[in-house]
Amino acid sequence: MNARSINFTLNDQPVSTNIEPHRNLVELLQDLGLFGARESCGQGLCGCCTVLVDGQAVSGCLYFAIWVDGKSVTTVEHLDADGALSNVQQAFIVCGAFQCGFCTPGFVLMTHQLLEQHPDPSDEDIRHYLSGNLCRCAAYPEIVAAVKQAARTAATSTGH
Amino acid sequence: MNQIGRELPRLEARAKVSGRADYTHNLSVPGMLYGKVFRSTVPHGRIRNIDTAAAQAFPGVHRVVTGEDIRKLVPEPYYGPAFHDQPILALEKVRYVGEPVAAVLASDPHIAEQAAQLITAEYDELPAVYDEIAAMAPDTLVHEVLRPAGTFADLKHLQGRKGTNVALDYHLRRGNVDKAFAGADRIFEHTFKTQQCLHLPFEPHVALAEPGDERLTIYTSNQTPSFVRIEIARLFSWPENRVRVKVPYLGGGYGSKVYVKLEALVAALAMLVRRPVKIALTMEEQFYMITKHPTTFRIKSGVDKDGRLVARACEVYWNGGAYADIGPRVTQKSGFTAAGPYDIENVSIDSYALYTNRTPAGALRGFGVPQLVWGYESHTDLIARELGMDPVAFRRKNLLRNGRPQASGTVLQDAAIDEVLEALVGRIGWNAPFDRGSATLRRGRGIAIGLKASISPTTSVAVVNVSADGSVYLYKSTVDMGQGADTAFAQIVGEVLDVRSEDVRIIAPDTDITPYDMGTLGSRSLYHMGNAVRLAAEDARAKLRALAVEAGLPEGTNYPPAEIFKKRYGMQAGNVIGTASFVPNYKAPDAQTGLSDNVTPFWMVGGAAAEVEIDTETGQVRIVRLINAADCGKPINPAVARTQLSGAAIMQLGFTLSEAMQLDGGQVTNASLADYKIPGIGDIPPMENELVVAEQHSGPFGAKGLGETGTFGVSPAIANAIHDAVGVRITELPITAEAVLRALRAKAGRPLEND
Repeated sequence: MNARSINFTLNDQPVSTNIEPHRNLVELLQDLGLFGARESCGQGLCGCCTVLVDGQAVSGCLYFAIWVDGKSVTTVEHLDADGALSNVQQAFIVCGAFQCGFCTPGFVLMTHQLLEQHPDPSDEDIRHYLSGNLCRCAAYPEIVAAVKQAARTAATSTGH
Repeated sequence: MNQIGRELPRLEARAKVSGRADYTHNLSVPGMLYGKVFRSTVPHGRIRNIDTAAAQAFPGVHRVVTGEDIRKLVPEPYYGPAFHDQPILALEKVRYVGEPVAAVLASDPHIAEQAAQLITAEYDELPAVYDEIAAMAPDTLVHEVLRPAGTFADLKHLQGRKGTNVALDYHLRRGNVDKAFAGADRIFEHTFKTQQCLHLPFEPHVALAEPGDERLTIYTSNQTPSFVRIEIARLFSWPENRVRVKVPYLGGGYGSKVYVKLEALVAALAMLVRRPVKIALTMEEQFYMITKHPTTFRIKSGVDKDGRLVARACEVYWNGGAYADIGPRVTQKSGFTAAGPYDIENVSIDSYALYTNRTPAGALRGFGVPQLVWGYESHTDLIARELGMDPVAFRRKNLLRNGRPQASGTVLQDAAIDEVLEALVGRIGWNAPFDRGSATLRRGRGIAIGLKASISPTTSVAVVNVSADGSVYLYKSTVDMGQGADTAFAQIVGEVLDVRSEDVRIIAPDTDITPYDMGTLGSRSLYHMGNAVRLAAEDARAKLRALAVEAGLPEGTNYPPAEIFKKRYGMQAGNVIGTASFVPNYKAPDAQTGLSDNVTPFWMVGGAAAEVEIDTETGQVRIVRLINAADCGKPINPAVARTQLSGAAIMQLGFTLSEAMQLDGGQVTNASLADYKIPGIGDIPPMENELVVAEQHSGPFGAKGLGETGTFGVSPAIANAIHDAVGVRITELPITAEAVLRALRAKAGRPLEND
């Protein structure tokens, strides 16, 4: 199939590129050297491919790359672009909220979105909000602790 | 600063939270082709014809390869750790639905995928066998002749055996079981079954082979780089040093990525087309790669008047699927623990590895032990209830204790069995009254503990390199797949050489650079590689001291390494290389009795206590509390150890309550995360995890392996709690609401009809 030309913003930088209409957003990001969003289940169930498009989390494996034309895309790599980890990333480290790390970027991005909407989430809020992300190493108890830790640190600083 | 016991975050923490960690998944190299596998649609059949013409003609396809093409390059294209029984691509026969039959290569993975769908194959279908008990009869033969590898001396007698699906049978005879049963006061006999489930790492299997000048480099998501090098070299009749295997971080393993998985295929394809080839499985394809053994476990016990176990007979049937993989090792190395953590004078064990027409089975976080604990701890609970004894009191009476011989004859040492049991009893408040529920919501409690031996004998080699400024490297082939091995080893090096653990540079497995290790499996690494790393660091320390003497520095003084190097070489120059290998003593089990007085270098003990609430109208099981306890020796990093315990228990919770591969005519019908339900964040019950700190005297700084221990007790603890709550016994995993409701209705004399 013929590639189409798209223009979008990737982590605050303008990008112009060509991509075939059957390829998904994860593939586009890989072409651009970003590997934090990963295709795993291929069905939008595990959350490993989470990417923010115009601030909204999408499953990159189910999102055609051409749909980002004219939009703004944010990936996990943007969070520490200035060299400093975000409060959520720091909380994940402090709480040991990952093992193999393959699903971690998805959880980190979703946690940022969660805390924007619920600055002081309950356990139930956390479980509900993160139910679309799976972790086969099952670091779930530590992830819940990390979200709360991040909420506390966000409350005491401006965070990211 | 004391490095042992530090709750240091994982060394690679920053790389993982920022999405920059290095996985094989990320990798591509110039000129690379993507491979897509065409798979068998029949469970058992002779290949009549494979038509690749349409795929070969598809625009953009570089080449289509079949098993016969591979045989021209590799005359004996069969691989496997215990048996050389698995063809790189199917030859003559297919033995399970999903077996690789052909591969399409293209620069664009979408083209490879589309073209693979154009391949057709015709088979003369053969009768298939799926059940491990049915496979005991030689009516349907999965393999015409057994093909044991030479790797393990104790399998050689199987060479050329015909007319059987039994890949390996292991027998243990201790005391006189028949006589003891005859004299027993009560005899109990039960059968327990487990289902086929699988690892499902979120980084599905992926491997890339890059041919070079007279050599081959393989980048792979694999837990056993040294084995892969040896096995690929064997297939090509090359020396080891023509194959280089590189492994970055793994996006999960859990036992699925041990030995050769995709590596032989990408290697053969790359050598055929003289270009780099990458194959990355989809989540669905993992259902056709490697699974966990379904089992049938018949267990019979004799008890005397005082409630002491006097005899136990175990028959375990391991459904290994179409290729042996590591199943024969599971059958023996875990088989000998089938009688459980009890002190029983008379034991017989018969453990059988069987071929069937299913996806092959291997080791999944516990090397077969979770299937065994499911059986013997359900059985033990049933005996206690029948005897009218408290299940904990019955266990205390019969527990195997340090200084006493395990069924194999090896004396138990450094196993914190009492401590694990009492930790569970204390935490759940076993003797305290609790709310048993009312009306349709009933609560109960259960407890279970398990014992595992380490896989032995196995070798680890480590190299510690001190550079001229005193900074330190560690070279080892243990794979960090999330268990935190790199961090633990850095702490061991840091402790010996008195440097900060976070400053130790860990070199990722690369067989051209990092020395031999048997593999990252069976919770062996912290003990085996940990000992090798400690010895290598001590060797480096001794050589630094010798260098100081050479440099004319007074003996016994503690100069910083940088000063020693500067004094010796006149500038910042030189290296000190410390090296060591570690292989524990071992005595192979006697061929007749299965006995050995030195069968394992260390024992693992884990258990769980559960409180459940059953909805008697729906059969729904709610876990009210789950307590996990594990003997972890002296933990090198308690924070990481706790997450291993917790993660293993939650994984086993999935195998207990929901995970099961569904088969219809040999075809997996739920090969996706949509239909195969793994635990999510909403499925985690209130949990407590206790690291029982003990001392493994032969371990590095008293430590022992822990990666699997959290799985042992979960399933039977829950079944025992269900029995306690509503008086029904579930004997087959998984424990679904339907299974519980059926049992409740059967007990009430109103059985549910079958579909």
